[in-house]
Amino acid sequence: MAKITFDGVTKQYPDGYEAVKDMNLEIDDGEFMILVGPSGCGKSTALRMVAGLEDITDGELRIGEEVVNQKAPRDRDIAMVFQNYALYPHMTVRENMGFSLQLHGVDKEEINKRVEEAAKILDLSEHLDRKPANLSGGQRQRVAMGRAIVRDPSAYLMDEPLSNLDAKLRVQMRTEVARIQHRTDTTTIYVTHDQAEAMTLGDRVAVMRAGKLQQVDTPMVLYSQPKNLFVAGFIGSPSMNFMPATVEGDTIHLPMIDVKVPRDLRQRIGEIDDSKNLIAGIRPENFEDAALLGSDARDRGATFKTTIDLIESMGSEIYAHFTVQSDQRLESDELRELAEDAGITEVPGGGGEGDVVARLSAESQVAQGQEAELFVDASHIQIFDPEDGSSLTAER
Amino acid sequence: MMHSARERAGWSIAILVVLLYALIPVAWMASLSFKPADKLTDRKFFSGFSTDNYKTIFEDDTFLAALVNSIGIALIATIISIALAAMAAYALARLNFAGKAVILSGALAVAMFPPISIVGSLFDMWREIGLYDTWPGLIIPYMTFTLPLAIYTLSAFFREIPWELEQAAQVDGATPFQAFRKVIVPLAAPGVFTAAILVFIFAWNDFIFANTLTSTNEARTVPAALAFFTGGSQFEQPIGAISAAAVVVTVPIIVMVLIFQRRIVAGLTAGAVKG
Repeated sequence: MAKITFDGVTKQYPDGYEAVKDMNLEIDDGEFMILVGPSGCGKSTALRMVAGLEDITDGELRIGEEVVNQKAPRDRDIAMVFQNYALYPHMTVRENMGFSLQLHGVDKEEINKRVEEAAKILDLSEHLDRKPANLSGGQRQRVAMGRAIVRDPSAYLMDEPLSNLDAKLRVQMRTEVARIQHRTDTTTIYVTHDQAEAMTLGDRVAVMRAGKLQQVDTPMVLYSQPKNLFVAGFIGSPSMNFMPATVEGDTIHLPMIDVKVPRDLRQRIGEIDDSKNLIAGIRPENFEDAALLGSDARDRGATFKTTIDLIESMGSEIYAHFTVQSDQRLESDELRELAEDAGITEVPGGGGEGDVVARLSAESQVAQGQEAELFVDASHIQIFDPEDGSSLTAER
Repeated sequence: MMHSARERAGWSIAILVVLLYALIPVAWMASLSFKPADKLTDRKFFSGFSTDNYKTIFEDDTFLAALVNSIGIALIATIISIALAAMAAYALARLNFAGKAVILSGALAVAMFPPISIVGSLFDMWREIGLYDTWPGLIIPYMTFTLPLAIYTLSAFFREIPWELEQAAQVDGATPFQAFRKVIVPLAAPGVFTAAILVFIFAWNDFIFANTLTSTNEARTVPAALAFFTGGSQFEQPIGAISAAAVVVTVPIIVMVLIFQRRIVAGLTAGAVKG
C-alpha cells in the first residue's frame, strides 16, 4: 500500500498535443480516488502514466516515497483493470488470475490458494477452469478484478472497468468494486466518464477537463460547491440549469423572477457591479411544486408561474421542463466550450430562450402544456462569472 | 438464420456443382495414377488397379531428387520468410515510424510483380554469379514473393491482437520478452500457421522459376521435373507416372491444410476483449 503523488506531471505527445497539463494531486494511502471527465480530458493518460504504459514528459510521479518516472510497469507493484478487461484468451480463468504470481516466481500451491481465495470473493469458483471466451461479460469483468486482487499490490488502477457492462450489471458491479476496495483497503485510482459512478464510489473525486484538474474534493462538496461552470454542469443528473442573471443589492434577477438572496450567500458573492451579466445555476431539485410546499419553506425562495412544456415521469419523481425567456445576452467562448464539454445542450444566455428542468415530487399535479406555480429555493443558487466560468458562490 | 427448403435445395445443388467442377480433375488424376499401363486410354474412371506407376516414380532418381529439392527448398524458404516477416509485421503493427506506409505499399508492389518478367534477367544474373541450378538460386526469388505475402498476412493478424494484452502482461510483471513469448506468440500461432502454409504452397507450386533456373537434379523441383518424365520405352507415354507424381505432390498440401485448417479458423482471440 502506498501514497501516490503527481507533482507537476505533464504529458505531451510528439505532435505537440498536451494531454495532461501540470497535474498536482496527492492520493493518500488506502484512498479511493476517482478521475472523472469527458472523453479526451486526459484522465486515462494520467492513469496510464501511473501504470508506466505512458512516458511522463515533465514533472515527477511518486508511488510511496519513490520516484517512478523511469521505472518499467513490472517494477511498480501496481495492478490494473483495463476497460476491455484484456484477459489472456488462451489461458483459463485460473491461469489468467495466477499469471502475475507465476511471473513473480510464487510457488504453485500458494498461487492456487490465492487464486481460489480471490475466486471465492468474486463468486468465480465454479468457472476457474473455463476460458474467457466462454464467460459472460460480467464474469469477464470479475476475472479482470480477480487478476488484480490476487496480487495484493500497492495500488489498483482501474480504467473505466464497468463501461462495457449493461446498465443493471454496472450498478451491481459498482457496489462490488466499492466492497472490494473497502475490504482490501488498497490505494485505488479509478477512471470513469460517468459522474454517477464517480459520485457513488469515490472517497474523493478529481474532475478533469482538457488535461487540467478542475476541482478535487469529496462528492458532496463537488455537488454543493462546484468551483466553476464545468464542474457544476458535469456533476449531477439531470444537469444543473444555467440562466442569465444580475445581482442588485441582495436581489438576484432571474429570467423568471427576482429572488431575495439569503445573507450568507450574498456575503460570499461579495461586491459586484449592478449591471454585470452573470450566470445563475440552479439544480433541478431546487425547484418544487408550490402547491406541495409548507409555509416555512416558502421563506427560503420565491414562487413563479410558468407553462410546463414537457413532463418526464420517473416514478419516484417528475422532471418538468419549462422555458425561460431572457433579453440579456451573454456571449463568451469560454462558456460555449464549457457547455460543450460538460454535455449541456443549452448554452445559457445565448439570448432568447432556454430550457429548464425542475425535479418535482411525484405527488405533484402539474400537467404538460398547462400553467403551474413553481417554487425556487434561493439558498442553493450558484452564481458564476461568465468570463472565466469561476463560481462566485463557492466557499474558498 | 432460417432457410426455406427450396433455398436449401438450391444451395445444395450449387455447392455440388462447384465441388464436382473442382474435384473431377483431381479424381481423374488419381484414377489415372492407379491404372495399369494398357488401360490408360480407355476413358473409364475405374478399370483395373495397379501401383506400378508409383513404383516407377519412386525408383526414378530424377523424381526422388526432385522431391527432396521441393521439400527442402519450400521448407527453407518458408522458415526464413516467416521468421523475417514476423519481426517486420510485428514492427509494422505496433510501431509508428517514418516510411511505414512506403514499406507496406512497396511490399504490395513487389507481390504484384509478374514473376515471368524477371525470370529472363535472373537467368543471366544467376549464371553469372553461380547461383544457377542451386537451392539458394530458387529460395531467393521465392522469398521476394513470399515475404510481402507473409508480411501482409501477419501484420493484419498482429493488428488484431489487442495491444492491451501486452500491456496487461507488462503490468502483471512480465518483461517485454516474456510478454511476447507467453502472450503474443500463443495468440499469433494461427496467423503464423496461415502465413506459413500460404508461403509453403507458393514455393511448392512454383513452376516458372523452377523450370528456368534449374537444369539438373541438383535443384530441380517436382513441378519442373514432371516435364522431364519419360515412359518405360520411347514409345510409351508417361501419363501414368506423371499422374502418380502429381498425386504425390498434391497430397502433402491437402494433408497440411486439413491438419491446420482448424487452427487457422479457431480464432483463438475470441473473448479476449468485450464480446
